[in-house]
Amino acid sequence: MSEVLFRLAGVHFAYDKQRVVLREANFELRRGERIALVGRNGAGKTTLFHLMVGLQRPQSGTIEAFGKIRNAEKDFVEVRARAGLLFQDSDDQLFCPTVAEDVAFGPLNLGKTALEARAIVRRTLSSLGLEGFETRITHKLSGGQRRLVALAAVLAMEPDVLLLDEPTNALDAETEARLTDILVALPQTLMVISHDEDFLARVTGKRIHLRDGQIVAA
Amino acid sequence: MTRPEQTSSTIAHADDECDAPRQTPPLLRMIDPRVRLLVCMAFALATVSLSHLPGLLAALGLAIGAALAARLEPGATFRRMASLDGFMFFVLALLPFTTPGSPLFAIWGFEASHEGLTRAIEILLKSNAVVLMILALLGTMEQVELGHAMAGLRAPEKFVHLFLFTVRYIEVLGREYRRLRTSMRARGFTMRCNWHTWRSVGFLFGMLMIRSIERSERIVAAMRCRGFQGRLPSLADVQTVRGADRAFALVSFAACIALFTLEHA
Repeated sequence: MSEVLFRLAGVHFAYDKQRVVLREANFELRRGERIALVGRNGAGKTTLFHLMVGLQRPQSGTIEAFGKIRNAEKDFVEVRARAGLLFQDSDDQLFCPTVAEDVAFGPLNLGKTALEARAIVRRTLSSLGLEGFETRITHKLSGGQRRLVALAAVLAMEPDVLLLDEPTNALDAETEARLTDILVALPQTLMVISHDEDFLARVTGKRIHLRDGQIVAA
Repeated sequence: MTRPEQTSSTIAHADDECDAPRQTPPLLRMIDPRVRLLVCMAFALATVSLSHLPGLLAALGLAIGAALAARLEPGATFRRMASLDGFMFFVLALLPFTTPGSPLFAIWGFEASHEGLTRAIEILLKSNAVVLMILALLGTMEQVELGHAMAGLRAPEKFVHLFLFTVRYIEVLGREYRRLRTSMRARGFTMRCNWHTWRSVGFLFGMLMIRSIERSERIVAAMRCRGFQGRLPSLADVQTVRGADRAFALVSFAACIALFTLEHA
């Protein structure tokens, strides 16, 4: 069996008494797996992603990532660099004025020099077919362009794992096909939230279900 | 995500409104944004220090010259100037009647003073000259460029970030507002002067506020996911000031000093 990248053990998380998301949930993500995370609206799929990268903390249970138990904010800084989270709404993710600045934001935070960051930007953009996008203004991009640039911004950090939160949401058929081809070709371990069956069939191999606070194989 | 998405073939090559104009831009638009910002500030300072007609007319002349050199679109420029002047009209119209001095004429027994009229004209010339210069020098650059220019001139980091975040998200917020308004109209809402209208508009702005706060939380979360720990790194390399920029700066500062001496000599 390949190396375990994430292990959630007995994780309990609730926003309040009415909204319990996870009850003593257990879950493992291994290197090379490509998992579809499905579940009803409001089941807590996005919250599970946020727990994995430490944007939310569980009320009990342990989160192990990349071989270490992670508790404090500083433990998760490394986790976030190695597990790239793509947000549902790309407007949340692209906050820099220009595409180059946005894609370089992660690498610069990881301590790369401006020169190295520029090289990463060029490489990442061209790998997604976005050559020449460097000086484009992020808020003037179309929805499809925005999604691809947001993906570029995540990939620029060279993560081991990609956590994609409804990546095909609100994309037209052609852009979706393009994104699907890109994701199929990526070497990373993947976990994808989506309600799009055709897309999941092409991109993922295995499927898990989030239901009644439990994570079960579907 | 309300705009129709582009097809994959146009994604990489789509030229939309954000790209530079097709024909060669006028010389003024090629000047380093930092130099333009400094010159604009110097001009504004020199102009507000003036109080005599010849100097003010010269300042307005310079601003008109700059507007012509920047090839501002006349229609849009006039509209912008008119909205400024319309805003000031009532204050300026009242000024002759509220400033004491030698009487010039009277309307319904209210006397307008010579001094007040001069003062009104002075303010009118000053504000139009400065705004026209701002439109010519700063209005012709991308807002983002202006942000970078401020950063390049060592403006406080927090101020620059505030400016850039505003530029980035004002349109997102505007879209959210329009979506909510459209859905209200779709359900038959029209503005009336009644309790229902005021309450609905209150809900609208309350909802906008909540959504903005939630969005700002998601933005920070997304930033933390990419390693943000409280400081924004910069990718911008320091542009060198070229000969043309230097020449432009020199001529402009000389003009500002000339304006200043014209008045105070």
